[in-house]
Amino acid sequence: MKIAVCLKRVPDTTTKIVIGSDGASIDETGVKFVPNPFDEFAIEAAIALKEAAGSGETVVYSLGGDAALETIRTALAMGMDRGVLLQSGGSTDGMEVAKALAAELKDQGFDLILFGKLAVDDYNYQVGPMTAELLGLPCITSLVHLKVADGTVEAEREIEGGVETSTCRLPAVLTCDKGLNTPRLPSLKGIMAAKKKPLEVKAVDLGAGTVEILGLELPPERSAGKIVGEGPDAVPELVSLLRNEAKVI
Amino acid sequence: MSVILAVTEQRDGALRKVSFEVVAAARQLADALGATVDAVVFGAGEVSGMDELGNTGADRVLTADHPDFARYSPDGQAATLAELGAGAAAVVFAASATGRDLAPRVAARLGVGCASDVVGLEVQGGRLNATRPVYAGKALQKLRLLGSPAVLTVRPNTFTSSDSAKAGAVEKVSVPSFTARVIVTGTKAPDGGALDVAEAPIVVSGGRGLKEPGNFALIEALAAALGNAAVGASRAVVDVGWRDHAAQVGQTGKTVSPNLYVAVGISGAIQHLAGMRTAKVIVAINKDKDAPIFKVADYGIVGDLFEVVPRLTEEVKKLRE
Repeated sequence: MKIAVCLKRVPDTTTKIVIGSDGASIDETGVKFVPNPFDEFAIEAAIALKEAAGSGETVVYSLGGDAALETIRTALAMGMDRGVLLQSGGSTDGMEVAKALAAELKDQGFDLILFGKLAVDDYNYQVGPMTAELLGLPCITSLVHLKVADGTVEAEREIEGGVETSTCRLPAVLTCDKGLNTPRLPSLKGIMAAKKKPLEVKAVDLGAGTVEILGLELPPERSAGKIVGEGPDAVPELVSLLRNEAKVI
Repeated sequence: MSVILAVTEQRDGALRKVSFEVVAAARQLADALGATVDAVVFGAGEVSGMDELGNTGADRVLTADHPDFARYSPDGQAATLAELGAGAAAVVFAASATGRDLAPRVAARLGVGCASDVVGLEVQGGRLNATRPVYAGKALQKLRLLGSPAVLTVRPNTFTSSDSAKAGAVEKVSVPSFTARVIVTGTKAPDGGALDVAEAPIVVSGGRGLKEPGNFALIEALAAALGNAAVGASRAVVDVGWRDHAAQVGQTGKTVSPNLYVAVGISGAIQHLAGMRTAKVIVAINKDKDAPIFKVADYGIVGDLFEVVPRLTEEVKKLRE
């Protein structure tokens, strides 16, 4: 089983966002960067599938600047076999990233190419299915359950108010959601081993772009409303406000 | 005259509510561009609710009928939309489980970009500018779609139905031949088809203040009394396994924009606030008067949720009678 995981370096989810001086990206001063949490489910799935198969190779790809080397090393410390940095300025343009990944992953003989369902910075939900289309591979997104046997994928994904079950043949592209598994933490031994694992750097050129970022701004602040009162005695007043003032019930 | 495609969704042969929001967003674009709206309906045989598409602003209703379209067919629907969308000005999807899966496939087939989870649209110089939440709603990104057609998904509960009724004349379109690489084998609705937090007009969420998973019964009772309400949860309680991830509101869960959001026993961590700050009205019930949730709430009650919530359920029930 040969498995690729595409990994993105993102700001930690507890980050307070400050808009950068360009007005189109965040100010990265003091921001802690981590592997995209949804990509960690993909890493865990890849390592577990290889362990279950008893043989194979797991390769982690990340597209971005040199800072993404640290993110790749985290994946290697978790247990991925080798890493590839697709060195570029990075991009928020899902289609251009998908094109660069598809060009790299094509003809490499991967049985599975795994992504997180989205990156918690851009919130695009795009790169996995776009890469799959460009490669002409089957794709199932937002998996919460995965079984691979006899060259067939059986998957469950969350839909509104339920779960959708689907199936496809390998090779395939899958994107992973929270609930699929519990990602392992890098062990001390893993961290030491990661330093010796192969990590290749390849420069890639992204295309001219399918979107143009015009700006980034903070959402309008919500002003604090009123404390209606304390304890259950305040409830009738609350209900009256929701009914007559807010008109939502 | 250029065309805006509005991609509808059906389940079990009935159009989903979000379909009408997609048509409303497409109508808004069409009016700005001087274009017409074609609503696309995938199905196998009869689909109910199509009569309403015209009333919401669809000039035409295009039905793509295929035995595989009784369920979601990613490859078949992507192939159909790539063909229909090739000459369109824009293709609009819902930012739903299906729309988020399908839109990027169609964009890739057409070689264009895609704007996800759009909450605001404007047309400038014939190009489409979209506003969309990033960092789970902690910031708003404005981008311009450079390709044609413009492909986008719109956030549920954002583009509420328009009142510009059009003819909505039904026409059948042919489905191109396709290879079904992915087969959807079925759907399971463990909660009897419960409303999803991302789409429900009212969300009642519980957090650690509930002390134990069984106490979510209080939240469920309030949601049932309110009607049309989904039960949400904070990351803290999802991470310890009290509730399914499907219910999680916040940065690694869902971002929601209901008319009413009731936060019970939720302190209001930054990643949770990011996920629900676009709700129209926020109510917080928490025993800690300094909890950050009160800084974004329109109405708050400081108190013991075990006393306040049952009383609230009771009062809401009275109102309903």
